[in-house]
Amino acid sequence: MSDRSDKSDRSDSHVLEVQEIVKTFPGVRALDNVSFELRPGEVHALVGENGAGKSTLMHILGGVYPADSGRILMDGQEVRFADPRSAALHGISVVFQELSLSENLSIAENIFANRQPIMFGGFVDWDELYSQAGGTLNLFKWDIEPETPVGELSTAEQQVVEILKAVAREPRVLILDEPTSSLTAVEIEMLFTNIRRLREQGLSIIYISHHLSEVFQIADRVTVLRDGKLVETCHVSDVTEEDLIKKMVGRELADMYGIRAFLAGKERFRLESRDISFAVRAGEIVGIAGLAGAGRTELGRAIFGCEPLTGRVFLDGKPIFIRSPEDAIANKIAYMTEDRKDDGLFLDMTIRENTAAPSLQEFGRMGWMDEKAVTKFSEEFCEKFNIVTPSAWQTVGLLSGGNQQKVLLSMWIGIRPLLLIADEPTRGVDVGAKSEIYHLLRKLASEGVAIILISSDLQEILGMSDRILVMRSGRLAGEFAGAEATEEEVIACATGVGAGV
Amino acid sequence: MADKKKNGILAKVQRFTDHREFMIFYIIVLGVIAMAYAIPGFMSHQNMSAVLLALADQSIIAIGMTLLLVSGGFDMSVGSTMALAGATTAIWLTLGLPVPVAILLGLAVGALIGAINGYIIAEVGINPFITTLGMMSLARGMLMVVSDGKNISGLPDSFTVIGQGSVFGIQYPIIISIVLVAGGDFLLRRSRFFRQNYYMGANEKAAVLSGINVKKMKVFNYALTGLLAALAGIIITARLGSASTSAGKGLELRVISAVIIGGASLKGGVGTVFGSFLGALLMAIIVSSINLLGVQLNWIDFVLGATLLLAVMADTLSKRRAS
Repeated sequence: MSDRSDKSDRSDSHVLEVQEIVKTFPGVRALDNVSFELRPGEVHALVGENGAGKSTLMHILGGVYPADSGRILMDGQEVRFADPRSAALHGISVVFQELSLSENLSIAENIFANRQPIMFGGFVDWDELYSQAGGTLNLFKWDIEPETPVGELSTAEQQVVEILKAVAREPRVLILDEPTSSLTAVEIEMLFTNIRRLREQGLSIIYISHHLSEVFQIADRVTVLRDGKLVETCHVSDVTEEDLIKKMVGRELADMYGIRAFLAGKERFRLESRDISFAVRAGEIVGIAGLAGAGRTELGRAIFGCEPLTGRVFLDGKPIFIRSPEDAIANKIAYMTEDRKDDGLFLDMTIRENTAAPSLQEFGRMGWMDEKAVTKFSEEFCEKFNIVTPSAWQTVGLLSGGNQQKVLLSMWIGIRPLLLIADEPTRGVDVGAKSEIYHLLRKLASEGVAIILISSDLQEILGMSDRILVMRSGRLAGEFAGAEATEEEVIACATGVGAGV
Repeated sequence: MADKKKNGILAKVQRFTDHREFMIFYIIVLGVIAMAYAIPGFMSHQNMSAVLLALADQSIIAIGMTLLLVSGGFDMSVGSTMALAGATTAIWLTLGLPVPVAILLGLAVGALIGAINGYIIAEVGINPFITTLGMMSLARGMLMVVSDGKNISGLPDSFTVIGQGSVFGIQYPIIISIVLVAGGDFLLRRSRFFRQNYYMGANEKAAVLSGINVKKMKVFNYALTGLLAALAGIIITARLGSASTSAGKGLELRVISAVIIGGASLKGGVGTVFGSFLGALLMAIIVSSINLLGVQLNWIDFVLGATLLLAVMADTLSKRRAS
């Protein structure tokens, strides 16, 4: 690393320069004359809606595929990346959103995957491996045994291992793709502390995120992409969040969350258990906040019958018994899972088959599927939800994240639920689609559906909820009126620093 | 609007021709035409019914195997189940049990073996390959014990007629297998209950959350596959007039090959009974052609293996090009 640092002393020097990059895929111009430069020791945010070209740019910089035209310069010298390996050799490390860790191997082996120190005869030098890994862990002041298997870590910790794996290669440029997508507020804060540590050591970081509030917290400059074109690069201190949204979307999003219009309806749902008891009225949106591991998702899954629930559940005042998702669906309870790819959607199946999945019973005549009704049903959702697709016969895996999420939502609205549990309904979704999903949820509520909104995104919880419940260690820790709660109060309650009311 | 309509029809035609069944059907038709010219006896009634008769047991079992692969499962024990069910039926017949009772008991043996497979896979959570590999050996072993390692013959005519009789010159096994294949294809394609298998195979966790009782479905699927294997075993016992301890050896792999050639995937979520039938038919035609062309029979396994690899590679490559 020492032989590189002396070149970057000049204050006007750029570690990395991208000049007029063009990349075309069949039918799409993914990047159209995009240029930007990265200064030594800066955190440079890259923002834009899905399909804006962020990930294409990242893949080109990571050597995953070549640009059609344009140049990439490092320290003023033109470089060409034949493959990810050559990008890494030039000092670019990419941390992709999907984790690439081997759960059965230790932290140390994951950090030095395929680069383990060896001794005579090609055998792994375990002592050296663990001591080097210890050094890397110390970069983040992380006190954990390097021998620990990665499978025993939380998702947030695994994310950190993934970043350390990239950092251990001693890159000049670190590219982080949505590093916070599975982290909670406190974990994000820890991640930012670590990012600042890396920045102080002179590392340049490209930070890709959907969360504009994070951009303002961590980035020095921000580059906005829209439809493959560069919109602008500017200092974050020169813009507001509204400005950025306008630049990203190309129009003004009048009102991200819609207007609270809750008219107290009758009690629709009530849960009475030892650790947590609450009720949701018809038309009410109840937000559930808390740290990762506070038991929010477990609560949602328990109500839906995926996990055992000790306690009593009432729907419209009548006690109901739910032992499986089948029972829940029969009682018109819907659960939108937090991870659409893992257990939400059938990615290799078509939109029409997905939308019909939880309501197959509705499409039968004497046990036979009524395929025409399924098509009609799903085409209506495509239109109503503005799902961007050539037809209802499109494979869901080929849709963008926002459209996939809308398919997931339509699956569950399809059962005409009385209660909808929406777990992280906008995770990994761009700003435009986010706003659409918020308005869809509002519309559902206005039609009398009771909604439980589980989210790690505090803005979302504050913007959407009529009432906020905060969970801590599996218990109800506090309750706030949605219109009055502040971010600080909710965080204090979630971490147990202050007491909720 | 007119344009949109046209696109719709084109899209429908495309959806149809994209199907694997269409491709295999095309290959089979071409192959049959070529063989009809090359070999005088190929299109004879005698050869055609020999091909279909040899195919009967495989295509009956392929119905169950398709169901399993579609739903993300797998069964290595069908060959042994088939032999065991055939042998136990034969034993009960030699003990003097009425034909219908012996057949029902034989079917029950198959269904029970399948249900045990399903229970271990769904409730205990053991991988289908390991479970059914164990059952394959276990059922074959049980067959050796109950039959004392000997073939069982001396079966009543009222039983053997099932395998040897015919109407309008078509043997019963052919009729039974074609009726079952047609029925199975229709059910898996159109029935709401069986459609659930595609969801299970595509994403089992999402299927659970969609309210599909995945465990129950698995036990049912394996039990049905066991039942169909038993039926095939009973039919072949009737056809040969005796139960052989080596019946169905290696059959599981031939059936799985046929199902995969027919468009199913080990990943689950795709496949049709008709496609599997065509896959089995293609393999049977190849075997028959090798026979009639006078090629050394030792080539059969080689050619069948190459067919499987070619079919799967062609499919993978065409999908890669499309994306």
